[in-house]
Amino acid sequence: MGFFIETMLGGLMTGMLYSLVALGFVLIFKASGVFNFAQGAMVLVAALAMARFSEWSNAALGGDSLFLANVIGIIGAGAVMFLVAWAVERFVLRKLVNQEGATLLMVTLGIAYVLEGLGQTFFGSEIYSINVGMPKDPVIMFEGLIEGGVMINKEDFIAAALAAVLVGGLTVFFQKTAIGRALRAVADDHQAAQSVGIPLNKTWVIVWCVAGLVALVAGIIWGSKMGVQFSLVTVALRALPVVILGGLTSVPGAIVGGLIIGVGEKLSEVYLGPMVGGGIEIWFAYVMALIVLLFRPQGLFGEKIINRV
Amino acid sequence: MDMTDMNTAAAAPHSGRRQGEVILDLQNISLRFGGVKALTDISFNIREHEIRAIIGPNGAGKSSMLNVINGVYHPQEGKIMFRGQQRQKMEPHMAAQQGIARTFQNIALFKGMSVLDNIMTGRNLKMKSNIFQQALWLGPALREEIAHRERVEEIIDFLEIQHIRKTPVGALPYGLQKRVDLGRALAMEPQILLLDEPMAGMNVEEKQDMCRFILDISDQFGTTIVLIEHDMGVVMDISDRVVVLDYGKKIGDGTPDEVRNNQDVINAYLGSGH
Repeated sequence: MGFFIETMLGGLMTGMLYSLVALGFVLIFKASGVFNFAQGAMVLVAALAMARFSEWSNAALGGDSLFLANVIGIIGAGAVMFLVAWAVERFVLRKLVNQEGATLLMVTLGIAYVLEGLGQTFFGSEIYSINVGMPKDPVIMFEGLIEGGVMINKEDFIAAALAAVLVGGLTVFFQKTAIGRALRAVADDHQAAQSVGIPLNKTWVIVWCVAGLVALVAGIIWGSKMGVQFSLVTVALRALPVVILGGLTSVPGAIVGGLIIGVGEKLSEVYLGPMVGGGIEIWFAYVMALIVLLFRPQGLFGEKIINRV
Repeated sequence: MDMTDMNTAAAAPHSGRRQGEVILDLQNISLRFGGVKALTDISFNIREHEIRAIIGPNGAGKSSMLNVINGVYHPQEGKIMFRGQQRQKMEPHMAAQQGIARTFQNIALFKGMSVLDNIMTGRNLKMKSNIFQQALWLGPALREEIAHRERVEEIIDFLEIQHIRKTPVGALPYGLQKRVDLGRALAMEPQILLLDEPMAGMNVEEKQDMCRFILDISDQFGTTIVLIEHDMGVVMDISDRVVVLDYGKKIGDGTPDEVRNNQDVINAYLGSGH
């Protein structure tokens, strides 16, 4: 019993991190109708910037204050993400107002390559580390309830809590504020949004900034877990089934989808894995997404597709 | 009989509606798309508080004219004077900032959002709180949201769409969507309201409702209304002055009665020889 709960909690926490990356997808899709293939590259660039800026400032400060170096790192990485958002709007999206979704999709693919290349050119292509002082040691909890207690990885727990706060905040921002409404309006119809005086340019910069911020948080958490390296890009691939499962337009969907996939992955690996020789974790998420698509093409929480004939 | 020269001086309001100063003056507007002439040397003006119609057969350039007023298209020639000042080249959202609101011929609502949210977007420009106040849900942002919500509820009452306030717009029938489109434009409290074929595709009852709303808006808020219509009958009943376009040229301008008796207009609508 203890082991089952342990596996499940582990899954939930990994799932929360998937949600975080998935959230980046959902935000941009909701606000510009673009499926952003560059989200993974943004995570990489954010993590690289964070790792290198804090490394450099740590060296400049003589290694005295890791905290200060990290703060400088976060500010530097934040500035980089803002620059990315501004550049994407200025040089790409502005030229593509009122274009087809497929066109915009292909453009984000291009942006992904440019970001990956530029990121590694500026910040290097080695493996770097981010140390924001996350505790690495596990703790034993619920000893009174279950025999032997449940072992929880503190780092995962803090990361999951951070992700949860961010996700909750963004949900409220999107649903309850005037700017959130303006963002949704732009996603829905460019022309109509302009007619009520919503400036497209500013709106897009805001959305890509928010998505950049989410990428930064995801980059820091994943980077401190597994090191900052090119393979961070694939984190986005793991979030893809999460987005499909939860629905592209739903922030809560991204959360629940992430949790389902996180838990499903871990439980299936532990309990089904031995039967088929293991390795389930890698493809399990995609199969789950596929099954959901068969029955609900819009995802679990997506907006219902209404067809008028 | 040629009435193109008659222009505005002779035009008197045919109803009891007040007519103010010229608010928008279009002078010798020409618009081309590549080799295609959409508008050729068109001049007319719009007075405050009036209901001004732009009519003409299909392809006459009515929508192009509206898009020029709205800042979507930029004419190659001609001047646009807004409140006595020449207007510079601008972006569509800047027209909204100047107090020009519009509805769309093919309804461009935010389909995934509720009726209430759709109309609330019309208040966007009037909201002053910044992104941080809103993100943190600080007092000013919250108070502002409530104040605007009240105005929007008034508009919802005015347009008699209380029962569908929370419905996603995409799920509504056509006639109601048109009404929501109008509501969103109204929420901007515009000085000039541009209506692009507000009656298109409606049945007789819906048309009557729409006419009533347009007249009520004019009477209650004094909003200047520019109306594009295909269907002459409706327009003649509710407008103060009418501009008639055909093949991108102005062929008539005056009160509905004057326009109705204009030979060029009759020819354009019924073919020459009548």
